[in-house]
Amino acid sequence: MADPVKLTINGVAVEAPQGKLLIEVARSMGTDIPSFCYYEGYSQAAACRMCLVEIEGMPKLMTACTQPVSEGMVVRTETPQVAEARKSMLEFVLTNHPLDCPVCDKGGECELQDATMRYGAGEGRFLEMKFHHEERQWSPVVYYDPARCILCFRCVRVCGEGLGAYALGVSERAVGEEIVPNGSDHLDCDECGLCIDICPVGALTSDSYRYQARPWEMNHVGTICTHCSNGCKTTLGVRNDRILRGNNRDRSGINGEFLCVKGRYAFDFNESDERLTTPMIRSNGELRPASWSDALRFAAGKLKQVKEAGGKIGVVGSTRITNEENFYLQKFAREVLGTNSIDHQRSGDVVTLLDALAGRSGALATTEDLYTAKAVLVIGSDLAQQHPLVAWQIRTNWRHHESHTYTITQGPVREDLHSFARVRVEPGREMEGLETLREKLAAEPELLIVFGDAVKGEKVRELVAFGDSLGIPVKYVCLVDTVNARGAMDMGLMPELLPGYRVAKDAGQPDGMTIPEMLAARDLSVLWSVGADPLADGALASEGAFVIVQDLFLTDTARRADVVFPSASLYEKSGTVTNVCGEVQRVKRAAQTMGAKADLEIIGLLAKEMGVAPVMGPWMTDKVFAELMRTVPGYNISLPVVTTGGAAQTLPPGHRIPVQSDPALIRSVGDTLYTSGTLGKYSKKLNSLMEGPGKLYEERTVREWTHA
Amino acid sequence: MTFSPELEAKFEEIIGKYPPEHKRSALVPLLLFTQDELGQITAEVIAEVAKRVGVFPLQVEEVLTYYSMLHFPKPMGKKHVQICTNVSCQLTGGEELYKQASRKLGLGHKEVSADGEVSLEEVECIGACSWAPAIQINYDFHHNVTPEKLDELLDGLRKLN
Ligand code: SF4
Ligand code: SF4
Ligand code: SF4
Ligand code: FES
Ligand code: FES
Repeated sequence: MADPVKLTINGVAVEAPQGKLLIEVARSMGTDIPSFCYYEGYSQAAACRMCLVEIEGMPKLMTACTQPVSEGMVVRTETPQVAEARKSMLEFVLTNHPLDCPVCDKGGECELQDATMRYGAGEGRFLEMKFHHEERQWSPVVYYDPARCILCFRCVRVCGEGLGAYALGVSERAVGEEIVPNGSDHLDCDECGLCIDICPVGALTSDSYRYQARPWEMNHVGTICTHCSNGCKTTLGVRNDRILRGNNRDRSGINGEFLCVKGRYAFDFNESDERLTTPMIRSNGELRPASWSDALRFAAGKLKQVKEAGGKIGVVGSTRITNEENFYLQKFAREVLGTNSIDHQRSGDVVTLLDALAGRSGALATTEDLYTAKAVLVIGSDLAQQHPLVAWQIRTNWRHHESHTYTITQGPVREDLHSFARVRVEPGREMEGLETLREKLAAEPELLIVFGDAVKGEKVRELVAFGDSLGIPVKYVCLVDTVNARGAMDMGLMPELLPGYRVAKDAGQPDGMTIPEMLAARDLSVLWSVGADPLADGALASEGAFVIVQDLFLTDTARRADVVFPSASLYEKSGTVTNVCGEVQRVKRAAQTMGAKADLEIIGLLAKEMGVAPVMGPWMTDKVFAELMRTVPGYNISLPVVTTGGAAQTLPPGHRIPVQSDPALIRSVGDTLYTSGTLGKYSKKLNSLMEGPGKLYEERTVREWTHA
Repeated sequence: MTFSPELEAKFEEIIGKYPPEHKRSALVPLLLFTQDELGQITAEVIAEVAKRVGVFPLQVEEVLTYYSMLHFPKPMGKKHVQICTNVSCQLTGGEELYKQASRKLGLGHKEVSADGEVSLEEVECIGACSWAPAIQINYDFHHNVTPEKLDELLDGLRKLN
């Protein structure tokens, strides 16, 4: 790298890498230079001229957003001349801008408002009528108000360069110039809302939030999206216990400005009319509302009775509840109920991967690695549909670092837009594609392999052997479905494995049943399902089994239940979740639903009712997390990182995991961008999208010219 | 979609002028030649041209709506009368010529006759200031235009071909 250069900004000497943009250098030292069109990480537009600064020796003011720093540069960012220039630019920007601030969504957090307050261009000298275009709705999510648009083109760039959707364009010029959607009068896109949040003004608004609230009336709670396993940070805007919006405008967390449609808009399941808000007990064949104390007594009594009689109990945990809850649940099953029959819906073969990598360190990729690896290979997943943040990271890596992307998929994927090489295979023959790419991959300095449920069991070992044979450093990501799918495995929600992948048999634990075995057991006495729906595609062979369900909605399993407890959603509780890359992140309570309780509390109350509270320990998130950190191998992570909203990767177990799990148990449910299991069914927003329910490996997401 | 052999040859020649990674630079000439041959630019043309230069159809539309000599979405007439009213021509009677033509043809700015034969457009400087006022019919320039000469030209429109 070239030597850093020395320059002065407002009299302060700084060093910066040669070629870095002046605006970035100034901002990194805390000197704000206003910008509308500039947005870190995107191509230069130099369209707004708000960033004009004085540079000694230059005949006129220069745009800091396009000016690379050089040796000896002397820069002034706040001189009277600069202020005057910015004021004049604002006067132009405001010629056709309406006086909407009192009603505009952006009022209070608008970059144009801020700049106008700062440079005082409150009065214009234009007497002509304002040029007005009507507002229009482009999709169930996106509205565009051309009158408010200041033509900074951030939206166009984030959608095209950033996401690869290329759904927005610029039409006409001069006063007629405006942003247009790809479907002439509507959008055919990912509905991610990136364009809306990146818009510096209120020209793009979302159906969910528009005219709902002013930014200062809400509490802003940074938590983790409850949908896919990628674990995006989302900031929920909450007023009176109602979630009004989700965004990541502060670019915090592992996802920067990114969120997909689910993270930004599919929080509305939370206030669905169909949320369960009271416990229910089956009497005379029907589920009827009951008090918490009656329901708890009923369920606890049954558990106790069956346990004492030595009956069979099966427990199913969830991929959407916190680590603390799953840990506490398995502890309950193993230590109180004395059963090892605890399982969850598995969606990726993490266990075999950890076993195949035993003894190595640094072989599991982080979300950041997806953005920095020199080469990435994607096997058997339509990432833009199934793992939007992973897709985003890989694309941004290519955009910023010219990394090489390789794909082995059964059909078109968004990565085709920039892939270095791609192989199409029949589903199930993904492994054959590897050899085709061998030569190219071996020539890479390093590789990151991302694989879906097409690679499981023995194939995972073959994949690792292939990685080893390349003779370069290789890291892996084993894709799993939902927000805490990885955490559920780590917490030992499997009959064969205890928390931290310790083999249950070696610890003297009895044999336990998997979900299919529970469903098939004719002598099953109790099925206890927490945030899962095992009966959605399977029936219970034991007709007399007593079914306990904790859930947000009346799922198929809940319909068959004898007792139902209404659970709080992930947005209504605190704790931690572990994402697809094994990174632990903290969730925070944003909202509340009357009548529902967090699963941890429900399990704790059951323990109390059974008189086993002392064995279980307090059902307080912090206490359970402390126990989990202490006892679960790999979870002794950095507390400061997690408590301050960071992502801390867990350590792999480090030892072999000699279990024979049936690969058939592993199956991704194949959610798309517009579906999200049970929660998705109750999101009006997701269901209103024209693009929904979406399809994997679909030409539409890629557009035909890439295949020409 | 395929174009005439002449146009295909033209396409090949133009695209060949640019390095493969910059073939999108051929967009404007391709659109102009297509417009000349087909008389209009349809959605089908956009999709085809987009594919050939490796951009999205929306990006072709961006270019089409930016350049006023590319007529989109509405095609202009077979005889497209362009009257300059920019400074030099304005000073020498360009505006009057425009009004005269508008009256005579019964057409306003960017309007097309019902039979699709003739259209009118008020244009900015066409680079013929030395011979102002100037007008352009399709690709033919007419210099130092007088009201009489304009009448003659307009009368001749439907007799051409
Ligand atoms: S919602 Fe997302 S995909 Fe759709 S136009 Fe906006 S940025 Fe592009
Ligand atoms: S809609 Fe917003 S982001 Fe897009 S160009 Fe207009 S002001 Fe900029
Ligand atoms: S990519 Fe996944 S975690 Fe991120 S916003 Fe979308 S559904 Fe949520
Ligand atoms: S921020 Fe520099 S020109 Fe817009
Ligand atoms: S002003 Fe009419 S040709 Fe230049």
